[in-house]
Amino acid sequence: MLREIILLLLIVVAGTGGELCLTRAMKTIGEVHDFRPLSLLRVFGRALRVGWMWIALLLMTAGFFALLAMLSLENVSFVVPVTALSYAAGALGGKLFLGERVAPLRWVGVLLVCAGVTLVWIGKG
Amino acid sequence: MKSSAGLHLKTYTLIFFMVIFGPMGDVLLSKGMKRVGAISSFTPANLARLFSTVFSNGMIWLGIASLLAFFIAYTLVLSWADYSFVQPASSIAYGIVALLGYFVLGEVVTPTRWIGVLIICLGVFIVGHTPPRTTEHR
Repeated sequence: MLREIILLLLIVVAGTGGELCLTRAMKTIGEVHDFRPLSLLRVFGRALRVGWMWIALLLMTAGFFALLAMLSLENVSFVVPVTALSYAAGALGGKLFLGERVAPLRWVGVLLVCAGVTLVWIGKG
Repeated sequence: MKSSAGLHLKTYTLIFFMVIFGPMGDVLLSKGMKRVGAISSFTPANLARLFSTVFSNGMIWLGIASLLAFFIAYTLVLSWADYSFVQPASSIAYGIVALLGYFVLGEVVTPTRWIGVLIICLGVFIVGHTPPRTTEHR
């Protein structure tokens, strides 16, 4: 059980940290308007010149390997829903790290997601 | 001035791609890792051995390709929409993963787990009714 908890924490912390860095990197690039393949390649080329993107990739890779390890131990219908814990981390991180104004209704949604995650964990049996 | 309907359509189209490719990738990875077997030791030598076993598994590569498609859609949508909107809005994928686990992989899903997944989806529904961008547009 301890092994699962450590892996889950790693998935949530590294995954959410990586996504927050990814958001910061993409906001630096600016809104994408042109979805043609060549333009998208140029966007990704620009993104790779932003330091935050590399930190994001590093953290998300760590989270990915933790996910693989957990998937080798538990069912996907358990593993993926419990990683929804990252919603709480994401909303908090969005507010603290990116200065996003998280509406009260959005907090209610996030809390419900957390309650659901708790039930999924309890339902593991 | 950008139309709000256009912004929403663009946002939800990419979120749709995310909820298709994300769960599919997770299920493929799960199938691949079940073939590899439970990781019982986290020593560097064992992890190095596992690394080659894992990455010689075709199912893992299919999972990675699917997650890569998810990642592209995710990266693009984050260039304009709030992280704290996109992440919860895409959480319907958690329900899809449970359904795929049950129907495709034949996993046992207890009633409590189904209720938990449903509550997660309800949380998503509520979050989906909040505006996609709250920060100033550059």
